[in-house]
Amino acid sequence: MTNSATALREPATGSAGRRTGLLGRLRQVEPVALVWLVLVLLLLFLVVAPLAKLFMVSFETQDTGAFTLSNYLTAYGRARYLDALVNSLILGLTSATISVVLAVPMAWAVSRTDMPGKGITWAVVLGAFVMPPYLGAIGWILLAGPNSGVVNQLWRAITGAEGAFFNVYSFEGLSLVIALHSFPLVFIFVKAALDLVSSEMEDAANILGAGTWTAMRKVSLPLVWPSILGAFIIVFLETIALFGTPAIIGIPARINVVTTQLWQFFEYPVRVEVAAAYAMPLLLITIGMIVVQKLMLARKGFVSQTGKGGERRVIKLGPWRWALFGWCACVGALSVAMPLLILVQASFAKAWGRGVSLDNFTLRNYQLLLFEHEMAMTSIWNTIWFSAAAATLAVLIALLVAYIVNRRLVPFGEALGFLAMAPFVIPGIVMAIGFYAAYASPPLALYGTAAIIIFAFTARFLPIAYANSSAAIRAVHPEMEEAARILGSGRLHAISRVTAPLIKKALLGGWLIVFIVASRELSAAIFLVGPRTRTMSVLLYDLSEAGNFEVLAAFGGLLLLITLVFVAIGMKLVGRDFMLRRS
Amino acid sequence: MSRLSLRGLTKAYGKLTVVDHINLTLVEGEFVSLLGPSGCGKTTTLRMIAGFVEPTAGTVEMGGKIISAPGAVMPPERRQMSMIFQSYAIWPNMTVEENVAFGLKLRKLPAEEVRRRVAEILGVVQMGHLAGRYPAELSGGQQQRVALARAIVVKPDVLLLDEPLSNLDANLREEMRFEIRRVHDEFRITTVYVTHDQAEAMATSDRIAVMNAGRIEQVDAPHLLYTRPRTRFVASFIGRTNLLEARLENGDIRCDGFAMKALQLDPAMGGANRPILLSVRPQSIGLHCGRPGNGDGRPVIPGVIAQRVFLGETWDYVIQPAGSDMRLRVTAPPLQVHEVGDPVWMQLDPAQVAIVE
Repeated sequence: MTNSATALREPATGSAGRRTGLLGRLRQVEPVALVWLVLVLLLLFLVVAPLAKLFMVSFETQDTGAFTLSNYLTAYGRARYLDALVNSLILGLTSATISVVLAVPMAWAVSRTDMPGKGITWAVVLGAFVMPPYLGAIGWILLAGPNSGVVNQLWRAITGAEGAFFNVYSFEGLSLVIALHSFPLVFIFVKAALDLVSSEMEDAANILGAGTWTAMRKVSLPLVWPSILGAFIIVFLETIALFGTPAIIGIPARINVVTTQLWQFFEYPVRVEVAAAYAMPLLLITIGMIVVQKLMLARKGFVSQTGKGGERRVIKLGPWRWALFGWCACVGALSVAMPLLILVQASFAKAWGRGVSLDNFTLRNYQLLLFEHEMAMTSIWNTIWFSAAAATLAVLIALLVAYIVNRRLVPFGEALGFLAMAPFVIPGIVMAIGFYAAYASPPLALYGTAAIIIFAFTARFLPIAYANSSAAIRAVHPEMEEAARILGSGRLHAISRVTAPLIKKALLGGWLIVFIVASRELSAAIFLVGPRTRTMSVLLYDLSEAGNFEVLAAFGGLLLLITLVFVAIGMKLVGRDFMLRRS
Repeated sequence: MSRLSLRGLTKAYGKLTVVDHINLTLVEGEFVSLLGPSGCGKTTTLRMIAGFVEPTAGTVEMGGKIISAPGAVMPPERRQMSMIFQSYAIWPNMTVEENVAFGLKLRKLPAEEVRRRVAEILGVVQMGHLAGRYPAELSGGQQQRVALARAIVVKPDVLLLDEPLSNLDANLREEMRFEIRRVHDEFRITTVYVTHDQAEAMATSDRIAVMNAGRIEQVDAPHLLYTRPRTRFVASFIGRTNLLEARLENGDIRCDGFAMKALQLDPAMGGANRPILLSVRPQSIGLHCGRPGNGDGRPVIPGVIAQRVFLGETWDYVIQPAGSDMRLRVTAPPLQVHEVGDPVWMQLDPAQVAIVE
């Protein structure tokens, strides 16, 4: 039976024989109701107000605020703007397709087969997941720039050909670089689903005459089809909302997409109204697709989530296991090893194009950043404390909401949970424009302050924290707390002695994940930073526009180092797979 | 002296009444089970006693004081009760010893006494050698013993058990049943035990309250529930039985094909002519190859074997009485073999026939 909300209405006096009056009741309700009220206000501030403001601004005339449709006319009135929309959609589809092609064989190999090097494959997936996408993009510019890219130079040296083997400044280049960063999402989704398919499903196909290949094609893969499709949608949405990679590769290649176009609306003179109108399709597509994905994954019976229903054996592949390993190694080289190596090389080089040699080695780039650059150290400090503040705030709000929702402490608590999850369907860039529209100008005038960035990060990553906290609290059976209460401890005492120690680790994991994703967030930050509040991600983007790749690579190395330190802390304290768990 | 009283206790969620006007009084040291199928409201009743759920109407009284009423519920932590939960709710972040000591420390007992009482109670539940273990290192039965120790070490006024054995395997369940009763005999704590398993309730309880659809159908000692069920639900829920429609006519009980004197069943039986329901247990029916004499007033019914199943300890026969569509179940010892289709004669023992309604 459920722990009813009424359990809160306990008289403090304990003389239960006497009916407490209305006033007495109100006095009892107060603490939880107060927390509830504060949470509602916070969520309104963080989630509802920016979105509402964004929506309103898109119908307002600049300065006067009068109702108008002209923003929409401006936003969709030029072929160039419409092309950007189409480009985004095609880019999303292409990158999602490449991600699925890259990741599904890897997921199947790790989950079901005797392929060697599963540990390395895991490391590859984690590496690609941890690496900020724009760093991968910079790495690939160094690798496959049409003239000086290492790959193309090698190609010319070997074949004597004139042109480039692979030009990263192209639509294909852009799609591939994005997919090489996004495939871990597909891997995590599909592997989680494959882990639930019992070997008996395949055995049943084998006994009827299907070989390994046929069994996989006709049984295992169709069983996880909803997961593949779900992951496809997520990658598609991530791609159309991505700013860094399209800006770094797409702008020089003259490929305009929605996010880069939005950025251009923010160049002087800032046209927030037009940007708001132009962001609407991105928001609507995201909401629509997430709904579709939820409906699809909710179709039980299709997904073979039989849980522990049957043992799982590894499939013996024979020599083919080396082919699969080759595939995983290849993906690892393209997504992590090659970009990382070239970045490290460039960061220690006087001129990265001259290759690895002693007379090309220098520490000058790091020295410049750490001791001389006017913004570098400030941005490192900003990144750490903005991310830490946002992670703390997000986990705190998420925890309170999750507790209230799961223990049903107030009626309509689910509304709180809904608000906490809502940013999940809001692209970061849309959220940033909403925050800009709502809080940049007076009365709050937060533009250029740390607060606006911290709030935006908090709102953006609240769903991650909420999913994490909610799972943690659901894992603690309410009877755990009740057992303490019946033995004589009050609600707060029971929470601090029983619940808190049980969810400590999970919360730490959630905090670290929010910290890590916040520390490399670019799209939400770039619209909100002022001269003194630049984060590392924004400064990296600035440096990339300046074109000094050696310093850029060194700064990327610093960002990666900070991320890795926190990943290592998480692995040590929370568990090896804390970033890749699918909640 | 009554220790715990439920008076008109009711719980409704919206229009759905889960617990409907329950009245029940436990005397000091009594062990009472709430027995019923799932969804009958027994767990909600228990949670109202514990103070986790507020009643919609009615009261819970302990030692003469009202501790639960609509709008005025004493919080669980001040009720001096203990509870054993279906999930055990053993705190995984504390050792066995810390789990058991939790309630004692809250009562601000001196450390020395806490240690002594924890050791003593762990001895009683045979867990003394595992005091330093964490719950994850214990089997289900051992966790159950820790839950039991944790609940009784504080010497509660009332002990509540919510289906404590439902997560154990069959052998362990039987063992823990006796364990719970043994501990009760040792400490005589007033106990309310919720279960859907009648064998569990029978083995442990002084009295059983059979619940159905939010109401208590009958409260009685286990053997009386079995021999003198008072409602159709109780008769069919406790053990297996044959329910026969009959009529009371001028001191005679008339059924399809036979009749008895009502006095044979119940000396107090009488009153107006009316339809009644008889409960006849399968093992109370004698089975004969030839017609037995009925000089001692035991009615004899001829019939034909319709189905049979051999269960090892007994034969389970389904018999169709002559000239009737009824089906009667009769159990017989292993050596009493009848083929399907054989004619047989059934003999009822009026002393073992119960009038249900």
